[in-house]
Amino acid sequence: MRAAGHSAEALAGGVRTATEQRVWQLLAAVPDPEIPVLSIVDLGIVRYVRSAADGRLHVGITPTYSGCPATAAIHDATRAALDEAGHADALLEEVLSPPWTSDWVTAEGRAKLAAFGIAPPAAAPAAARDAAAAPVACPRCGSLTTERISEFGSTPCKAHYRCRACREPFDHFKCI
Amino acid sequence: MSVPAAAPARRDRALNEALFRYVLRLADTSLVLGQRLGEWVGHAPALEEDLGLANLALDLIGQARLLLTYAGEIEGKGRDEDALAYLRDAPEFVNLTLAEQPNGDFAHTIVRQWLIDAWQLELYEGLGASADTRLAAIAAKAVKETRYHYRFSSGWLVRLGDGTAESHARTQQALETLWRFTEELCTPDEIDERMAAAGIAAPLTVAAERWGQRVAADLRQATLAPPARQPHPWHGKRGVHTEHLGHLLGEMQHLQRTYPGVRW
Repeated sequence: MRAAGHSAEALAGGVRTATEQRVWQLLAAVPDPEIPVLSIVDLGIVRYVRSAADGRLHVGITPTYSGCPATAAIHDATRAALDEAGHADALLEEVLSPPWTSDWVTAEGRAKLAAFGIAPPAAAPAAARDAAAAPVACPRCGSLTTERISEFGSTPCKAHYRCRACREPFDHFKCI
Repeated sequence: MSVPAAAPARRDRALNEALFRYVLRLADTSLVLGQRLGEWVGHAPALEEDLGLANLALDLIGQARLLLTYAGEIEGKGRDEDALAYLRDAPEFVNLTLAEQPNGDFAHTIVRQWLIDAWQLELYEGLGASADTRLAAIAAKAVKETRYHYRFSSGWLVRLGDGTAESHARTQQALETLWRFTEELCTPDEIDERMAAAGIAAPLTVAAERWGQRVAADLRQATLAPPARQPHPWHGKRGVHTEHLGHLLGEMQHLQRTYPGVRW
């Protein structure tokens, strides 16, 4: 049931029924509790929405980091959004495989992150390059002359950087 | 008629029991190490390292939760992640002895972390191809986080080892103190062998060899001398622990032991 095909479908959009489309829009309004400028769809947390043969709606969500404290809050907020929209019988499923990657943050999500002052993850797939070596652009002035202060930041998904051009510190969404 | 039918069922039960023990070992090592790292919160040498160690702890405890939940399901006696974490006594914990060693100074914490990060990295890489799909999914998720941890701890190992005379001496001292516990990481027992035979884990000797090469390369870069190989008297993964685990559990389990069943 938890096949990789779901994620491909979620990423590509696939052919959605009217109900599925409505639920995607509904979930696109559920904010991430730690970075509320992003929705759980922007973050790639929603893996699939599909009307199954059993007549019920199946919604798959995946945790970002194993220990992310927001996971439970995201689950509850998704459940509440489904219930309020009349989908109380929808099944909310946790998907572990394939594991979440920052590559799944959508283009819209990346633009929102940058506008919020958080340098988005690099566009190249996280697995295909040395994340430590890739230059990170300052979200304020755009300079590539930045340095990493710490591998870790205020939440599990962020690292701490400093811009050497405009001297401002900033968060970088980790590539994983 | 009943004999051929019963034999495979008995084998399955034995394999199930071994799998339970195996998953519990992985879970306990992450849980205990995560708890140890949590002791640094508010005390690390710099704010960035304080955050770093807390983030490592968070990932490790998250991995432990996934593994403990799965272990409870394999066991099938209704124990969930909380029951397994808070209501077992020290001899029932099966973490690596290294994971429970005290934090010591920052060099001790980094050496302990680096040794276990490198070990988890090799182990989870192998488990990604496990015949057990649930374990494979947990490992595939954990390995990405572990790679990040290893970058942090190996970076600090080199910085400390190849740093000042003081940082070098203290890191070498930490290595001498903790090295005695590494033999356990590399020595398979009947549960490891059973997992390898069932295709659930790669043979531990394969991961151990890769671990040894990785550790040796890092030590060279850190200008640290590898201690001599030592015999193997430590059996944390069989439930025989140093005195340190009991104190750690006393703190970790205090609330649930004092007020059984209490909830936030």
